[in-house]
Parts: sequence; C-alpha cells; structure tokens
Amino acid sequence: MGILSIAGIATAILPFLAFLVIVAFTKKFKMTSALVSIGAVGLAFLTACFILYSQIINPVASSFNIPWMYIANIELNLGVMVNQLTAIMLFIVTFVSMLVQIYSIGYMHGDEGFSKFFAFISLFTFSMLGIVISNNLMQIYIFWELVGLSSYLLIGFWYFKPEASDAAKKAFVVNRVGDFGFLLGILMVTFRAGTFDFIKVVEFVKSGAIDPGTLTVIALLLFCGAAGKSAQFPLHVWLPDAMEGPTPVSALIHAATMVAAGVFMVARLYGIFSLSPQAMNIIAYTGAFTAIFAASIALVQDDIKRILAYSTLSQLGYMILALGAGGYTAGMFHLTTHAFFKALLFLGAGSVIHSVGTNDIWRMGGLHKKMPITSITMLIATLAISGIWPFAGFWSKDEILVTLFNSGHIVLYYVAVVTAFMTAFYMFRLYLVTFTGKESGHENHAHESPLTMTVPLMILAVFSIFAGLVGMPGHAFNISKFIYFGEMESPAPMNMRIAYASSAVAVAGIAIAFIIYFLKAVKAGDLKKNAGPVYTLLKNKYYIDEIYLFFIRNIFFAITETIKWFDRNIVDGLVNFTAWLVRQGGDKLRRATTGSVQTYALVIFSGMLVVIIAFAIYSPDLLKIIGGR
Amino acid sequence: MITLAHYIILSAVLFGIGIFGILTRRNAIGILMSLELLFNAVNINMVAFSRFLAPEGAYGELFTIFIITVAAAESILGLAIILAIYRSRKVLNADEMNLMKW
Repeated sequence: MGILSIAGIATAILPFLAFLVIVAFTKKFKMTSALVSIGAVGLAFLTACFILYSQIINPVASSFNIPWMYIANIELNLGVMVNQLTAIMLFIVTFVSMLVQIYSIGYMHGDEGFSKFFAFISLFTFSMLGIVISNNLMQIYIFWELVGLSSYLLIGFWYFKPEASDAAKKAFVVNRVGDFGFLLGILMVTFRAGTFDFIKVVEFVKSGAIDPGTLTVIALLLFCGAAGKSAQFPLHVWLPDAMEGPTPVSALIHAATMVAAGVFMVARLYGIFSLSPQAMNIIAYTGAFTAIFAASIALVQDDIKRILAYSTLSQLGYMILALGAGGYTAGMFHLTTHAFFKALLFLGAGSVIHSVGTNDIWRMGGLHKKMPITSITMLIATLAISGIWPFAGFWSKDEILVTLFNSGHIVLYYVAVVTAFMTAFYMFRLYLVTFTGKESGHENHAHESPLTMTVPLMILAVFSIFAGLVGMPGHAFNISKFIYFGEMESPAPMNMRIAYASSAVAVAGIAIAFIIYFLKAVKAGDLKKNAGPVYTLLKNKYYIDEIYLFFIRNIFFAITETIKWFDRNIVDGLVNFTAWLVRQGGDKLRRATTGSVQTYALVIFSGMLVVIIAFAIYSPDLLKIIGGR
Repeated sequence: MITLAHYIILSAVLFGIGIFGILTRRNAIGILMSLELLFNAVNINMVAFSRFLAPEGAYGELFTIFIITVAAAESILGLAIILAIYRSRKVLNADEMNLMKW
C-alpha cells in the first residue's frame, strides 16, 4: 500500500469522521460542529493537495485492494485507485466543499439545523470522495447511491417546506431511474469480465471479448447512471427543482459533489465508452442536446437559482458532449474550471438571496452599490462562464470547441457555439438585472454579507480567473499533459479562428443583454410579447415536467393500478384462502378433543386393531407364530 | 396337552375383557382395574412365549416381574390422580372429567 493510497483513503475518510463526530457528540454545539466539519475537510484538502502535487511531479498510479467477499466466484474488493484523474477530482471536491462550508457558517447562521447541516455536508463530501477513489464498479456504485442519499437529505434539508421535500423525492426518484441502468450495465459487464476492477474490466473489453453490439448496450446502460447524476436530458428534471435546498448545497451539488460524479464516471470508464463509437455518438448528441436545450430554457427564467441551475445543465451537456466527441481532456478541464466559477455563481447568488430575501431577479436590481464584493466576484464568474478571454471558462470552452471541430463533428460544433452565445446572453441578463439599474426599493435593507461568506467568494474568483491558464496551449504545464486518455498527445495548437468565433459569439451575447437590460433600448416586455408562444414554451421548460406527469398519471398509474388489483385480489386472496383453509380444518379437527378418557382409549384400541388387521393381511407369517409353528 | 395357543387365547380373552371394561366402565376406578387386566394379559403372553419359543432362558419371566413392578407403581399414580380429582370435584365418573374438552 503506497503512501498515495493511504493519502487517498485519508482524504475520503476525514469528512466521514467529521460526520460521525457531529452526529455523536457535537450536535448541540453549533460552532464546534462547523469547526469539526471544516477542519476535517480542510485536512482532506491538504492531503488532496499532496496527492495532486505528487501526481504532477511523478504521475504513477497507486492502488491497493482489501478482499471483501465473493459473489459467484467474482472477487469483490474494497480498494483505492489514485491517478491523475483522481488527484484532480480530489482537489476540486475538497476545495469547493471546504469553501462552501466556510461560506455556510455565514449563510446558515441561526438555522435550527446548523449542526445537522454540517453533518450532512460532510457525509455528502465523503460520498463523493468515495466515488473518486473507488477502483471497482461495485464500490463506485455503493458511493454513487450514498451521494444520492446525502443529496436527498440536503435538498430536503428544509423538509417542512413541501416544495423542498417534493424536490428531494424527485431528485431521488429520477436518480433511481438512471442508477437502475447503471446497475444493469455494471452487472452486464461484470458477469462477462468476471471482475469488478476498473483496470481489469477495461482490459477485458479492450481484448475484444464482447461483441460490439453488446458493448454498445453496456456503455449506454452505464451512461444512464451518468445521465441521472449529471442531469442529462431526459433525466434532467430533478436538478432545477433541487434549488429548494439551501444555496450552499446547490453550490456543492452543482460544482463538485453530485453532477460532477456522472462526468467523472464516464471519464473513469472511458476505456469502455471509447471502444463503442455508436455509444460515443449517442453520448455526444445527448450532451449537445442538453447543452442547447437547457441554455434556451435559462433565457427566460426569473428565479436567480433556476437560471444558474439551467446553466449548470447546459455546461454539463458541454462536458458530456466533449467526452462523447473524444475530448477526454477537454471534458475534464471544463469540469474543473466550471467547478470554480459555478460554485462562485451559486455562492454569490446565495449571498444576494441572503440579503434580499427573494429569488426573483426582477425584485432585485441596483445591488452593486450595496454589495460590491458579491457584485464584482459575480461579474468575474459571469465573464468566466460566458467564455471571455482570459477567464477560466474561455480556455476550457475553447478546448471543447477545438475538439469538436478537429474530430469533424461540425453540427455539434455549431450547437456548442450557439449554446455559448445563449450562455453569455442569459448570464449577463442575470447579472445586469440583479446588480445594475434602478434599486427596486425592496432591497433597502440589503447589505454586504459577512466575511465568512465573502472570503470564499474572493478565493473562488481568483480561481475563476486563473484556473483556465493551465489549459493555455503552448506552455509546459498544459493540462493535457496531466489528464489524458491512452497515449499522451501534444496539446492541440490554438486554433485562432475558433477562439475568435467563440469570443465573438460571447461578446455578441453580452452586447445584446447589455442593450436590452442595461440600456433598455428594447423593452424586455415587448420581447416577451413578440416571442409569444416561444416564450411560453421556454418559460414552461418545454413542458417536460408536464409530459412526464401526463405519462405517470395516465400510463404508469394505469399499469400500477392493475398490478395493485392483482396483488390485492389474487396474491392476497391466495394467502387469505390458505389461512382460511387451515383455520376451518383446525376448527373441524378440534372436535376430536372430547376430553373423555374413554373416547381416547377407543381410538387407541381401534388404531391397534387396524394395525393388527393390516399385519394379518400383508404379513401373515407373523400370525403363524401364534399358531405355534 | 396345553399348547401356546391356549395361553394366547386366555391372554386374548383377558385382554378383551380389559378393553371392554376400559371402554364401558363409568367409574374411574373400574377403568383403572380393567387396565390391570391388560397388563396381566401381556404378562401371560410374555411368560408363554418365553416358555414355548425360547425355553433355554427366562427372559419373559424377567420382563414380567418388571412389568408387575411398574404396573403397581402406575396404578398408585392413577389412584392418586383419581383421588385428587375426587377431592376437588367430587366426581368419580370418567364422563364428567372433561375439563380438557375443546
């Protein structure tokens, strides 16, 4: 067991210990709970830094296994695998989680469930870290479900609000749909390969022992899991509703601990996915569709957190699109930069909500003067997500576009460009409406958030500016030398045409948002009227929820009603009939117990007679004895 | 000449009388007495079989002595139970001792 594996385990276990300590001991002491939780994740962050550092200077994978049990001769281990991918994910997860927790001290101040909140967040972080360090399919599935559970607990943290508990249930149920496919995929590949181990499974698949058709099915089933967790169309419906949770939780879910899991899993099992071109295409198109679909919904939403939620969907679509198009590095790079600026956006939104007390962007406005730090950091994040040079989002988005362009997916390339345009537009719409313009009076009591909240914002802002530089083509520390699949390739040279194109659409998006929402040259209300049905369609999120509800109410419930009838009448009927039969039989037989000695004697005697007669008929030799031979 | 058959017939008659007594007597003590007849029918069988089929040993006689001993103890037990029932319920009639009826 190498030092890296130990460090990997320590990183994952520390938040879990914090969870146990808070639940067992410090629940009553709010500040202690917060400090325990932050201390644990801080230590985990340090070990993650150590892992990242040692992977950078010496990229050697480290892993070890503890045998756990055998399932039909398939060895199931508990194990750790630390490589470059693990290192960067550990860094992101612990870093974002740490900042979110520090922020939560301010945001959750005065909440009754303060300690519980930190316990859950620790559990959540632990689950995600467990996914990251897993080295086999079964273990990743276990942590996968743990992430589902802890997200349920956190989305429904304010369980007394019906919307929150509904959203938590929705997230859980939608994820179950994806997880079911994931489990089927795991079982299909495991029972062919005879092992759960990532490396061995990938080797087995590489050896060509699975025919291409089956492999495509397996890859798509595994992708179901990713689509559930990373909220890809058509399983995206839970993510916007998950906004009912506390804002730091949204930040955590969107940046590091939940939606990243799906993308990470695809990257981890890239050896399987990359061998099935059909599956890769479907993944790429799913990602592209989700990207543009979610971006178009985000154009018209009014809830600050919902806009961000749809932008996350869109950006996740980008990552999945990149992975599907063969851009392993590009996808993971975008995951990294996105983690920083999306966490920042959510925490900034939380800061605004915290001081204004509403989610509706039209009831904000002019907040820049009242909340300068939040405003400036939000602006940085908005520029980053819009893909403006030299902010982080520019580099990763550019890398994805280059990948799409170079791999010949021209349609997908244009989809991505259009999405980039929409992203710039709706993000600046959000920013301009919230922070500039007239003060809408409602926020007179608005004030800058306390330091515990603004410091994480500032740190994240620094990363949102500079994190992209590792992806700048042509320097020695390029990310493609660190995160790559198969053989290391020299990073694609910067394609200036693509860089200009993506910058141009981003600037165009910003300019239009500026004209409408800052200069107010075009009235937003007129736009609504002119767009008419399109606006209604987008506003209602393409009626996806309604379509699902229709199917559930009319088709699903019809089926379940039938099954319920069968269960209530046929299955229960059989069970009750058996019980009735035994009861009736017993009631009849009961009468034999007369309580009279002589009846019993008579029965015994008759029995004896029967035995003797039977002997006389079937075995006459015995009776010969009586005749004295 | 008295053969094994004679003894067995005697034993069977005795057994029959005993069974008849058990099934028909009302009085519990009468039932107990009829039970003793069954034992004795068995004893006669034992001795007779032992004498005629295995004359070289006295196994049947030996068992008979055991049975007589056990039967004595058992009838004391039976009498004690009947006495106890009589004391508490003032009945000797087996038909009326039906507390265990369903």
